[in-house]
Amino acid sequence: MDVTDQSFEQEVLKSDKPVLVDFWAVWCGPCQVQGPIVEDVAKDLGEKAKVVKLNVDENPMYAQQYGIMSIPTLMIFKNGTVAKQFIGVTSKDTLVAELTHLAN
Amino acid sequence: MVYDVVIIGSGPAGYTAALYASRAFLKTLILSGREPGGQLTTTTEVDNFPGFPKGILGPQLVTDMKAQVERFGAEIKQETVTTIDKGSPFTVTTENGSYQTRTIIVSTGASAMYLGLPSEETFRGKGVSACATCDGFFFRGKDVVVVGGGDTAMEEATFLTKFASRVTIIHRRDTFRASAIMVDRAKKDPKITILTNKVIEEIVGDTAVTGVRIKDSVTGDVTTHPAQGVFLAIGHKPSTDFLKGVIDLDPKGYVVVKRSESALEPQTETNVPGIFAAGDCVDPRYRQAIVAAGQGCMAAMDAEKYLEKH
Repeated sequence: MDVTDQSFEQEVLKSDKPVLVDFWAVWCGPCQVQGPIVEDVAKDLGEKAKVVKLNVDENPMYAQQYGIMSIPTLMIFKNGTVAKQFIGVTSKDTLVAELTHLAN
Repeated sequence: MVYDVVIIGSGPAGYTAALYASRAFLKTLILSGREPGGQLTTTTEVDNFPGFPKGILGPQLVTDMKAQVERFGAEIKQETVTTIDKGSPFTVTTENGSYQTRTIIVSTGASAMYLGLPSEETFRGKGVSACATCDGFFFRGKDVVVVGGGDTAMEEATFLTKFASRVTIIHRRDTFRASAIMVDRAKKDPKITILTNKVIEEIVGDTAVTGVRIKDSVTGDVTTHPAQGVFLAIGHKPSTDFLKGVIDLDPKGYVVVKRSESALEPQTETNVPGIFAAGDCVDPRYRQAIVAAGQGCMAAMDAEKYLEKH
């Protein structure tokens, strides 16, 4: 699912489940590698957690607020705050493990 | 289950090897590693890979290679190899599990070098980057430095002028490895300043980078140069640390292949029979996608011949 600067608060910060946010952009090569991995993570976790993508080119506000200066950056939010952050392409297993841990 | 070939790495060498191996009906597994797709994923337009008259984006090229490989049934796992046990068969271990295989093709490529400063690690993703095409966007209107004196440094500096208000190239020598035309282009750019004989001592900042402390290697003067971004372009290092003690590496870490004198003999075998190597992890000289692809093909054909005999 895609989120925007408009829907970020509702979908991410106010979510009752942990949320993985993939900060990405079209012109970022490694992000093209990360995209399908994140989709796989979503399939694996089903209802346990939420997985969303935020295009930083079209939605600069939260990327700036969280001080993102390198993409892909993956952040896991729990109860409205950043619980974990990964910079650079991150494997499915790492993300699934962290989200599963945070969901319990 | 025992694989015929496990390919370590997923750049043009690895995918080409996988293409040839799977088309030869070898049971093939690719372990794609920490940076799937390799260095091509951090490039933009590729104009020197034949077959694309209008050029192709690096990430697209490697994505297409992957799709082509999948068509012939090679298995791909996004795992990173930690150890290789030289038994018969070989055992290749990743963070997730172990795989048995009769041959191995090492095509781990190379990754961007860092200066090795602790502050670099602290500020990674907070101003320190080795990928201008990925991260340049976040430095709109800011001051950035590019560290290095090769073509990559010149290219990245020129690219960064699209976003940054000022780009300073910091180079430790006064001569450049970069081609004259690239240095000339950088020198003529009004947004680019070049500082030579300067060594980065430390990256400074609080929550993000605020500058670099540089030492003049001639006068010994130490100054702090303000910058919000530090882009490293000091070359690449073969990704072969995990192979130490497994196969022969040269002093810089490149895999040594046997390059037999007879052109009829395998050219990609390492000192361990059954382990072959291809691409930038072998090649300190050419370092081109097309060369890596060619070597990947050679390694797969060498592995296939080896399997026929063993």
